[in-house]
Amino acid sequence: MKRIVLAALAAVAAMSGSAFTAAADPVDDKLVIDDKEMIIRAPAPEGHPFEEVMSGWLFREAETRATEADSFANPGMLAVEQGEEIWNTVEGSAGKSCASCHNDAAESMKSAGASFPKWDPDSKKPINVELQIDKCRVKNMGAEPYKFDAPEQVALTTYIKHQSLGQPVKLDLASGEMQSWFDKGKDNYYNRTGQLNFSCSSCHEASMGKYIRADHLSQGQANGFPTYRFNTGGMVSLHNRFRGCIRDTRAEMPKAFSDELMALEVYVTWRGTGLSVETPAVRQ
Amino acid sequence: MRLTGVATLVTAVCFGWAAEAAEVAPDQVKFEDNMVAASLTDAPGNPEEGVKVFVNRGLGNCLACHVVKSLSKEQFHGNVAPALDGAASRWKMEELRAIVADSKKVFGEQTVMPGFYSLEIGDNVRKDLVGKPILTAQQVEDVVAYLATLKE
Ligand code: HEC
Ligand code: HEC
Repeated sequence: MKRIVLAALAAVAAMSGSAFTAAADPVDDKLVIDDKEMIIRAPAPEGHPFEEVMSGWLFREAETRATEADSFANPGMLAVEQGEEIWNTVEGSAGKSCASCHNDAAESMKSAGASFPKWDPDSKKPINVELQIDKCRVKNMGAEPYKFDAPEQVALTTYIKHQSLGQPVKLDLASGEMQSWFDKGKDNYYNRTGQLNFSCSSCHEASMGKYIRADHLSQGQANGFPTYRFNTGGMVSLHNRFRGCIRDTRAEMPKAFSDELMALEVYVTWRGTGLSVETPAVRQ
Repeated sequence: MRLTGVATLVTAVCFGWAAEAAEVAPDQVKFEDNMVAASLTDAPGNPEEGVKVFVNRGLGNCLACHVVKSLSKEQFHGNVAPALDGAASRWKMEELRAIVADSKKVFGEQTVMPGFYSLEIGDNVRKDLVGKPILTAQQVEDVVAYLATLKE
């Protein structure tokens, strides 16, 4: 009984409060980048908590959205250019660059950005673009792996993902043990952490579309990463974002590329199935 | 016995707790019928202190989720949760204390509202915060005193 009264009260109260905050809905708009229309709303895959998956772009302010839509204005394109240079630069004892093996990224990396993380039979774990780069550097180039969030790692990842601009995200969960990592990632997604006792779903599912203080909560999709952020004036990798969100629950942050965050990447990427890769997306 | 008493007193004075020595520990708070009947301290709540805790981003940060019309000079009220205007007309003081101390005891496990005086919290709590509630007992009483002013 108390519950029902509460819910009714909450509904009335929420309505009376709406005048104090900006409109809480995602916008109804199209995103066209370089003459390609992005898929920013897609029917959710089976088993998804939402009916429709939505790009984070729909939740941002008009200027932020306009900056992403214009490749000349998007500061993230600088990282794409830096990444292209690294792609073609010889490094390591084998005297090779990425291009030595993969030639033109526009061809060879066309769908890579839309299909990672993938199953890696060698490590018997899922592998993402950053770790695939490291694997190539160590095994094929005789070079050192990058440190987490080294500018080169972020730029090269941005360049590679950008080759898939517009392609819908689709993971192969049937390969290897991807399904069990997905399950683990799902557990992590709903697990509450920190002194504030939030899970990812507290903000990106239960409160999606609402404002938490000044922040308009999106579905927390991964399809735009690495993203350019105005706040910090630089690129943000996906694991950096994960760590930031977890820190905000007042919990200890897991290490980048730890099993915990790799499982989360598999699950969160799946939650954006069907959305276009938007790398480098622009955020506030 | 004597010695312990003195030790407590000395500790209390050192940490500046003298005025609020009789404090209910977070795991000793009694919830009954969605209420916490007794004050968590023996000093009465102060609504002027309470509103400071309420808006402070590092303390209550209640505006992260709740709108309060009379606080419209503060920027950015969230709308994750119901507006708190008139909260004191909907809830008794004892219920407000229970909601602030540990909202999950009133609204159920699913609520996103943090428990501000609870140690039943999430995993992997930041090391320097282990064993500490978000607010002190006195801060809870102050916030409750502030909420009690929000009549319709
Ligand atoms: C306390 C609230 C909160 C929690 C808990 C939280 N996030 Fe976020 N998250 C935000 C905010 C605020 C933003 C920035 C606005 C937005 O895109 O929603 C954000 C953004 C993101 C983004 C970027 C979305 C984009 O389009 O750029 C991802 C991905 C994300 N979160 C994933 C997660 C994951 C995974 C978890 C759990 C480990 C999590 N978040 C937990 C508040 C939260
Ligand atoms: C992260 C979100 C969040 C924060 C922060 C938060 N609350 Fe809440 N609060 C809620 C939600 C959600 C509800 C509604 C109950 C529910 O649906 O779970 C609620 C309900 C309430 C209610 C009952 C509302 C009514 O009139 O029906 C009171 C009172 C309240 N909160 C006080 C506070 C105070 C005081 C603080 C800060 C010390 C605070 N809240 C911080 C999310 C939050």
